[in-house]
Amino acid sequence: MALILDHVTYEYGNGTELLVRALNDVSLVIPDGQFIGLIGHTGSGKSTLVQHLNGLLKPTSGNIYYNGEDIHDRDFSKKRLRSKVGLVFQYPEHQLFETDVFTDVCFGPKNLGLDKKEVQLRAFQALKQVGLPDDCFYQPPFDLSGGQKRRAAIAGVLAMKPEVLILDEPTAGLDPKGRDEILDLVASLRKENGMTVILVSHSMDDVAEYVDRIVVMNKGSVCYDDEPKQVFAHKEELEAIGLSVPQVTDIMHALKKAGWWSADTSVITIEEAKKEILRQLRKG
Amino acid sequence: MIRDITLGQYYQTDSIVHRLDPRVKIVATLVFICSLFVVEQAAGYVAAVLFLAAVIRASHVPFRFMMRGMRAILFLLLITFFFNLFLTPGEAVFSLWKLTVTEEGITLAVKMAVRLSLLIIGSSVMTLTTTPNNLTDGLEKLLRPLQRFRVPVHEVAMMMSIALRFIPILLEETDKIMKAQMARGASFDEGNLIQKAKSMVPLLVPLFISAFRRANDLAMAMEARCYRGGEGRTKMKPLHYEKRDYVTYLVLGVYLAACIVVGRVVPWGSIL
Ligand SMILES: Nc1ncnc2c1ncn2[C@@H]1O[C@H](COP(=O)(O)OP(=O)(O)OP(=O)(O)O)[C@@H](O)[C@H]1O
Ligand SMILES: [Mg+2]
Repeated sequence: MALILDHVTYEYGNGTELLVRALNDVSLVIPDGQFIGLIGHTGSGKSTLVQHLNGLLKPTSGNIYYNGEDIHDRDFSKKRLRSKVGLVFQYPEHQLFETDVFTDVCFGPKNLGLDKKEVQLRAFQALKQVGLPDDCFYQPPFDLSGGQKRRAAIAGVLAMKPEVLILDEPTAGLDPKGRDEILDLVASLRKENGMTVILVSHSMDDVAEYVDRIVVMNKGSVCYDDEPKQVFAHKEELEAIGLSVPQVTDIMHALKKAGWWSADTSVITIEEAKKEILRQLRKG
Repeated sequence: MIRDITLGQYYQTDSIVHRLDPRVKIVATLVFICSLFVVEQAAGYVAAVLFLAAVIRASHVPFRFMMRGMRAILFLLLITFFFNLFLTPGEAVFSLWKLTVTEEGITLAVKMAVRLSLLIIGSSVMTLTTTPNNLTDGLEKLLRPLQRFRVPVHEVAMMMSIALRFIPILLEETDKIMKAQMARGASFDEGNLIQKAKSMVPLLVPLFISAFRRANDLAMAMEARCYRGGEGRTKMKPLHYEKRDYVTYLVLGVYLAACIVVGRVVPWGSIL
């Protein structure tokens, strides 16, 4: 089963002169269990796109299907959709509102109409999953550190047990350590629960190591949709739309350009780069 | 959804009205409002409507756009209309259940509804064609003489411009938080009044926190740039009257005089 976007176009400010076309004829198939990186420069329409996937925005034209059903059908429950397609917004910690972390995480499952025991069980599991220390559970969310707050907010969505987890720039504003922790958390969540994950980012370095597939957006359209290696082969084109390839790929390109050896420039992780350089050194 | 509110919004385009000095526009709005209350007879309202229509035409703001903002006020307008209609004592025309509609009531209700709509449209022309910054600059300069009486004119103007600046930011924030909570299964339009009020908590708490955080950041940023109030502070773009501004003042004077003559002095017979 899958999420399908069929020729989706979206315009902000409908009915006024101040029209912004944020999505332009986007078609995508998101199969179950895939880990997708959604990349694009600021304002390319990433956030707009992901808000379509759980029905927060309705396309100006085009359709979205979840498991074969049109999500904007009259008898399709948006609430059920939102429990299946969990969306973690940019700076999700800004939406915390309860007096303690645990109650806040309960908000999502409670809205699903589950009984109290189930709600608490899910909240507890979610908080465990994101790796928050136990003594944080009953603290006011505002007393946590930035990274911890973000974990708590992610737990708030996880507690709804979504099948698809979408994270909009989960690493924005975090230090390198916090960034790595969140990315590792996402990778491990995916491994443990086998969910579909869509990771929105504008940094290739964030996603290169983890994802199966990269979707590159530019000015509201999808311009690349392929495996990471294939996408990174378009170094110049990516740079022209304000993106970059991962730093290691960049280095390999530079080495090749300097004529050191015929380096394999499709390398995308540090581990691969190390192997490739050693191989070349032995050879030469 | 929440962005539909256009009252107090700026509409970007180029027109003679946009280019006028903000002081002229503030004075013109005041004159227009006064003219509405000076007028007693229908002919005067016709003059006001014609004047307003001409200004809107010259401002290049689509009428449709202006009307969208009016929808929010419609409710207020209706309440005033019905209160005036039913609660004015006088000669009864007909009665519905316990409510009596009087001749005076009809006159007053229509008059007040017309006055209110013109007043709101008139002032929204000002906000639609003047950036908040310009508006407060104009206000500050107009009120400058009050400084003699220790009125903190600069501070008031600064507060106003900050408040105006924050409206769209907070609207955007509200939109974002609402969506984020909806993604967690919240709904804001279900249930009875109490449930609705309760469902506002997940929206209002983050909104207040964000407002305070922004206010704090702004204060910090202003201090970092050595803001110390209005004393000795100069403007980057000082306001200057141009020829068109003097012409507008002249037109305004003529309009006011016409309103008084047409709507008050000349005995048209009582049309209303
Ligand atoms: N609520 C809105 N009203 C009007 N225009 C909007 C709104 N939200 C976004 N836009 C516009 O739509 C376009 C796409 O915005 P979007 O937020 O989807 O970009 P993004 O790729 O998520 O960018 P970022 O990396 O900055 O988060 C931008 O041009 C933006 O100005
Ligand atoms: Mg975004």
